[in-house]
Amino acid sequence: MKKLFSVILVLVLALSTLSMTGCSTSNDTVKDLKGEYTQELAGTTLNVFNWGEYISDGSEGSLDVIAAFEKLTGINVNYSMFDSNETMYAKLKSGAVSYDIIIPSDYMIERLVNEDRLAEIDYSKLSNYSNIDKAYTGMYFDPEEKYTVPFSIGMVGLIYNTTVVTEKPDSWGVMWDKKYKDQILTFNNSRDAFAIAQLYLGIDLNTKDKSEWDAAADKLKEQNEILQGRVMDEVFNKMESGSAAIAPYYAGDYLTMVEENEDLAFVYPKEGVNEFVDSICVPKDCGNYDAAMMFINFLLEPEVAKANAEYICYATPNMAVRDDPDYLFYQNEILYPAEKDRPRTEYFHDMDKDTRAYFEGLWEEVLQS
Amino acid sequence: MKHVGRVLTGVVMAFLYAPLAVMVIFSFNSGRSTSVMQGFSFKWYAELLNDSATIESVKNTLILAIVSAIIATLLGTIAAVGIFHMRSKFLRSSVMAVTNIPMMNPDIVTGVSMMLLFVFVLGLMGAQNKLNFWTLLIAHITFNLPYVILNVLPKLHQTDKHLAEAAEDLGCTPIQSFFKVVLPSISSGILTGFIMSFTLSLDDFVISYFTSGPEFQTLPIVIYSAVKKSVKPDKYALSSIIFLVVLILLIIINIAQSKSDDRTQKEVSH
Repeated sequence: MKKLFSVILVLVLALSTLSMTGCSTSNDTVKDLKGEYTQELAGTTLNVFNWGEYISDGSEGSLDVIAAFEKLTGINVNYSMFDSNETMYAKLKSGAVSYDIIIPSDYMIERLVNEDRLAEIDYSKLSNYSNIDKAYTGMYFDPEEKYTVPFSIGMVGLIYNTTVVTEKPDSWGVMWDKKYKDQILTFNNSRDAFAIAQLYLGIDLNTKDKSEWDAAADKLKEQNEILQGRVMDEVFNKMESGSAAIAPYYAGDYLTMVEENEDLAFVYPKEGVNEFVDSICVPKDCGNYDAAMMFINFLLEPEVAKANAEYICYATPNMAVRDDPDYLFYQNEILYPAEKDRPRTEYFHDMDKDTRAYFEGLWEEVLQS
Repeated sequence: MKHVGRVLTGVVMAFLYAPLAVMVIFSFNSGRSTSVMQGFSFKWYAELLNDSATIESVKNTLILAIVSAIIATLLGTIAAVGIFHMRSKFLRSSVMAVTNIPMMNPDIVTGVSMMLLFVFVLGLMGAQNKLNFWTLLIAHITFNLPYVILNVLPKLHQTDKHLAEAAEDLGCTPIQSFFKVVLPSISSGILTGFIMSFTLSLDDFVISYFTSGPEFQTLPIVIYSAVKKSVKPDKYALSSIIFLVVLILLIIINIAQSKSDDRTQKEVSH
């Protein structure tokens, strides 16, 4: 009797939530459109596959990019999210769904280009493409500028709590300093964690030399006894609350953390840092190419790109945003360091199966030691 | 000794509910953190109403959970009755072994294998977007079935076999005897199976990720995909609301139950 009653109550409540629609009061109009958008593709569907929390969605009064695009063009956007390049790749490779737009990272794009999974982008349809900083075009994963449009860029640096780490650190070596035992965090994935050891030891991030990977693994094992933990997004809480004092993470995320805890500071260590680019691509088996081109052009709109850049808090390759004095991070020293302060950077390249298997094996050893 | 028992219970309860309490408290935080309280505000509850993506995913998750639980319960009950009446021991144990497979398999194995199955079958049919609500539903029903069967079968074993025969002797058709005699006695097993299926379906991430298409995203997928950038705090508001709803439900049920217990006690003592 109790159970039946509870089941019925649950169903009634569940059904009542279904009648609750998002009463959107968010901003879904772009005031100053530079490109031309027509309703000729109205009624068609566009499937977008992006990182989670990686597009301005109307929260806290910002522009709801998807809603704005849907209103402007009448195209129905299905927005899906992934948590890592690898899960995105698995879904793409299976042929299970055809996405029209994907936004992977540099090394994954290299793999997709090599496996011929991307369609060529028709840049003549992208009237806003001239806004893109030329430094991020023709990169190693797309040297002939055929397949990608840069979306978001950034660098990994060192975040530290100034009340604990009183002298400004300038090297990754501070993460091995026994003085900060149990207050050090590191990345919870193989590539990023190894990168720090490799940068510190001066090894190429994309080396194929197994002995160099061994040396990096040994360095990581040394760190285990003074490490507080391996984290991804838990780093926000730990640094903001002060329960950890040193953590490597993305520059833009530091800006989010420092709003909650003013004692935090950021530095690009002298040995160099990992830089990344997330770019927009169109898979070969896309279903709606023309809508995809319209969507890319829309993302390149100065106002839209500004909303995205302010939401994500990472650096943007869109010069129209960077030159806009109203941009929240206009000339921000952390996101856009001056030439003289700019660290040496290295990108991740796609690794061959052998090396990948080898360092994943090493990673397991590091985790267990 | 009694005090030790009480203290231990208190500690266990605190351990279980502390994370929920933190989440509810910080859903009223005006900042984004769950460790630094910046100020009291209803901001994230307002943001939740604005967040059509999250609300859409909650709706999807609930629809999926209810539909898959209902279908799994129906199929599972029928299956359990069928298995119960099987004569051949070999057949019965092999069917039970197959039933246990979705339960024993790691979710990722079930998820990826179902995805490959759908791709293969729908590829033969020539569809381009091979994953959609129906593939997701089929996957959910698949992993819910074992739990329903395993909840109903013991109940069937517990009922007196001869009751159904007796009903037929007294003039019921087999169908009538099933619905009027057998079903009421296994009903608690069926309900438990339904509740378990509902809960499992609500919670599932891995299988949903690999078998869902772009039109139908569920809440666990939306939350998990924010792992690199940290989840938007309106999800804490959402979770607090869900927790509050469940809490109120349980309180109502317990009050209703204790009232009916009092009533039966009074009737007995007269």
